[in-house]
Amino acid sequence: MVSSLLKIDDLRVHFEIKTGARWFKPETEIVRAVDGISFSLKAAETLGIVGESGCGKSTLARAILGLVRPTGGRIVWMGESLHDLTEDQMRGKRKELQMIFQDPLGSLDPRMTVGQIVGEPLKNFFPSMSRLQIRERVAGMLKMVGLLPEQINRYPHEFSGGQCQRIGIARALIVNPRLVVCDEPVSALDVSIQAQIINLLKDLQKKLRLSLIFIAHDLSVVRHVSDRVLIMYLGKIMELADRDTIYHHPRHPYTRALIQSVPIPDPEAERLRTRTTLGGELPSPANPPSGCVFRTRCPHAIDACAKQVPALEAVSNEDEENSGRHQVACIRQQELNN
Amino acid sequence: MALLEVRDLVVAFDTPEGEVHAVNGLSFDLEPGQTLGVVGESGSGKTQTAMAMMGLLAENGRASGSVRFRGQELLGMSTQELSRIRGSSISMIFQDPISSLNPYMTIGDQLIEVLTHHRNLKRKAARQRAEEMLHQVQISDPAQRMRQFPHELSGGMCQRVMIAMGLLCQPDILIADEPTTALDVTVQSQINLLMDELSEQSSTAIMLITHDLGVIAGLCNQVLVMYAGELMEFADIDPLFSSPAHPYTEGLLKSVPRLDQIDSGILSAIPGNPPDLLSLPVGCPFRARCSYAFDQCSAHPSLRETEPDRWTRCHLDTLPKPTENKAD
Amino acid sequence: MNQSTQDLFEQALDRREVKGRSLYVDAWHRLRRNKAALTGMALLLIIVLLVIIGPMLNPWDHEIPDWDHYSTPPSLDTGHLMGTDALGRDLFERVMVGGRVSLLVGLIATLVSLLIGVTYGAVAGYLGGRIDNIMMRAVDAIYALPFMFFVILLMVVFGRNIFLIFVAIGAVNWLDMARIVRGQTLSLKNKDFIEAARASGASERSIVLRHIIPNLLGVVVVYVSLTIPQVILVESFLSFLGLGVQEPLTSWGALVNEGAQELETAPWSLLFPALFLAITLFAFNFIGDGLRDALDPRDR
Repeated sequence: MVSSLLKIDDLRVHFEIKTGARWFKPETEIVRAVDGISFSLKAAETLGIVGESGCGKSTLARAILGLVRPTGGRIVWMGESLHDLTEDQMRGKRKELQMIFQDPLGSLDPRMTVGQIVGEPLKNFFPSMSRLQIRERVAGMLKMVGLLPEQINRYPHEFSGGQCQRIGIARALIVNPRLVVCDEPVSALDVSIQAQIINLLKDLQKKLRLSLIFIAHDLSVVRHVSDRVLIMYLGKIMELADRDTIYHHPRHPYTRALIQSVPIPDPEAERLRTRTTLGGELPSPANPPSGCVFRTRCPHAIDACAKQVPALEAVSNEDEENSGRHQVACIRQQELNN
Repeated sequence: MALLEVRDLVVAFDTPEGEVHAVNGLSFDLEPGQTLGVVGESGSGKTQTAMAMMGLLAENGRASGSVRFRGQELLGMSTQELSRIRGSSISMIFQDPISSLNPYMTIGDQLIEVLTHHRNLKRKAARQRAEEMLHQVQISDPAQRMRQFPHELSGGMCQRVMIAMGLLCQPDILIADEPTTALDVTVQSQINLLMDELSEQSSTAIMLITHDLGVIAGLCNQVLVMYAGELMEFADIDPLFSSPAHPYTEGLLKSVPRLDQIDSGILSAIPGNPPDLLSLPVGCPFRARCSYAFDQCSAHPSLRETEPDRWTRCHLDTLPKPTENKAD
Repeated sequence: MNQSTQDLFEQALDRREVKGRSLYVDAWHRLRRNKAALTGMALLLIIVLLVIIGPMLNPWDHEIPDWDHYSTPPSLDTGHLMGTDALGRDLFERVMVGGRVSLLVGLIATLVSLLIGVTYGAVAGYLGGRIDNIMMRAVDAIYALPFMFFVILLMVVFGRNIFLIFVAIGAVNWLDMARIVRGQTLSLKNKDFIEAARASGASERSIVLRHIIPNLLGVVVVYVSLTIPQVILVESFLSFLGLGVQEPLTSWGALVNEGAQELETAPWSLLFPALFLAITLFAFNFIGDGLRDALDPRDR
């Protein structure tokens, strides 16, 4: 097997949140935002992570970058465990791991010019670089993401959403990272602009041989960028498989529900479509259901689902080449798919 | 006479940078039972159209033209008269359900208030009617929910409550402004299904404002495509989706990633950025981003009826046939 | 990119770079359209100039009495534009000198509170958690001290002097500033661009200095413009109680105090200092309100 760039092993991020206080003793509860996630990522590979709000996908992204401290498990980056690093060493690692944020305007400091924003990582990582060198690099980068270099002195609020996202991409790429984590980079953008940004990311990935982790809340966007797709629900992995397998042979009931809930922009197809929707709402991650976390909304749930936490297991009866690459966490996946 | 007639609606805002026309000469009709989709990107004026109709424009905004509801002019109506119509004959639901509800009042009190205010019902009768309505929007255990505060409910649940509130007085028109955008995918499809069922059951006309063409395809009869404050195309959904007449509509349709089609690798995006409403280009506002643009486009195209009930604002009669094949 | 294209690029940059409009420039444009704020700024400018230049042109001294004129009303003939006080000192001169003191107290005490308050609040807010808790409880504790008692104690122990007034007022005012800044920092801290800065390898120090504090500036500027008049008022109050500046030096508050005692015999000695004090306070408040609207147009 090709050695992986990033390997995540049983990662857990639990938050303690205050729910109230009795005199001086605060009452807390534990929110299991990320609860036992394992996967690995190769160089130049794109992993899509899909899940609804509160499933922990953003926390996972932040944990990978060391913006949130994991409470358990390991993150191994190029053979080195990030867990043992000090804050300072972690800061150095961020040169290789960068991030693109959901809110295009909100992720740019409103008091800084585009030049200052895009140049900031250079200033932080290469303090010896001269101002002129930084300016040159920034101008080149702006051009690469499809902005005009003469806009370098403008402020974020003078740009449209799509352009702001391009600025965010330029900032992430200027230090030549190996992995870029994109946290819903297009969900705040208009449809016509979404496609531009997705194409740009794909293009840059090919050009710079980047690895991408692409987080989204719906499946349609992820499909266009990902090699593999990981489906999350309440902090756990439901299914992980190659892109085409996920879309053509989904095995987990949740994956199927997600696929079915995406409306199709074609009236005819919409009329024919069986509109089975999931009932209920996401349970609170502070108080997840016992056993399988999805069972409260699963149309196929049985008593056993409440007792046993389903392990993420490789699907066995598939073609050779795919063996081991398709993993599902459902105790009924065999019977449901035969 | 149509239920609602909008003619030459212009919505202008005074801003420090100058006057901005958010909506520019929009005309359309709404009939009972119709579900009209209004689609467009941010800044296309779709929300401001609804706001103008409801008399809810921001202080620096002005609406001119005409909005007639059952023959009665809404623009320029006094706040008192308007508020009688708002909530009873025309109601509106917003994108963010949680902040549209009063956080200091229980769900029940908010629903009951609408009925006692608009329908002069006694509290007891109102309570009963509110419970029925909650039941109708498929909220389990309505009596219990009535005692809860908005923050105790999830986003999807709050949107159901908003829909219930919008339908309480059996309005003639329900305006839904991006009702599912803030919700999770699986909850979105629950709400869409609910809206679909409700629109089939009642004669309430729905004006559904959204950026999601998929939602339009599933729920609407007609579509109004807006760009830079202007109507670009108006058609029944089937012809609009199968053979868009305006390049912008076509571009929008092509740029949506679709789950039901073979992945072609690269998405066809509309190049460029939405226009700055402060300095709109001369001629067709879409010209700079249009792949079919030609000399004539420097003249502002007027809205033309190319086929019965089919309007487009483009100098081209038909769009050149795309070369790529359309999948099933 | 090879060298020649890079050169071309640089040239293009130099020639065609567009100057952006920062949020402050925008705010300045909005402020210029606000008539009340403009009037306030104009009035303040006139008062500041008058206070600086006035005594240079005026032949009288604020300490030495004019032995020929005790408690005379304003008159061009005597040369006392605002009359004289009971001791025969030129009131115009005293109002100007008092203005210097009042404005200076306002400015310096505000600067002191600004420096302590912004740093303290930003650090507490940014670090959060237990440290924040301890720091803010300390603020609460100082708040609980009776301010007047504190000032009187200082005056009794160290004697009356201007420097002490700065310290006393600054020591109390930074508490408000710290609270406001902390609240603002807490909300800024959760903004995406702060996280983006961390992801770009910025250290905690540079996040506070480069991202948090510049973004606090709007709130701080507004608060400062409203603190200055407040401080002037506090100083006036202290002087009115007889705890402020020491004779023969004076301030507007002290002058109002003197004038109030002679209200029946020499009303002008109350009128002029009170007028200047009131105009200054109005001016600052107009400017403050204008700044608030200009910097945060959404809150209108």
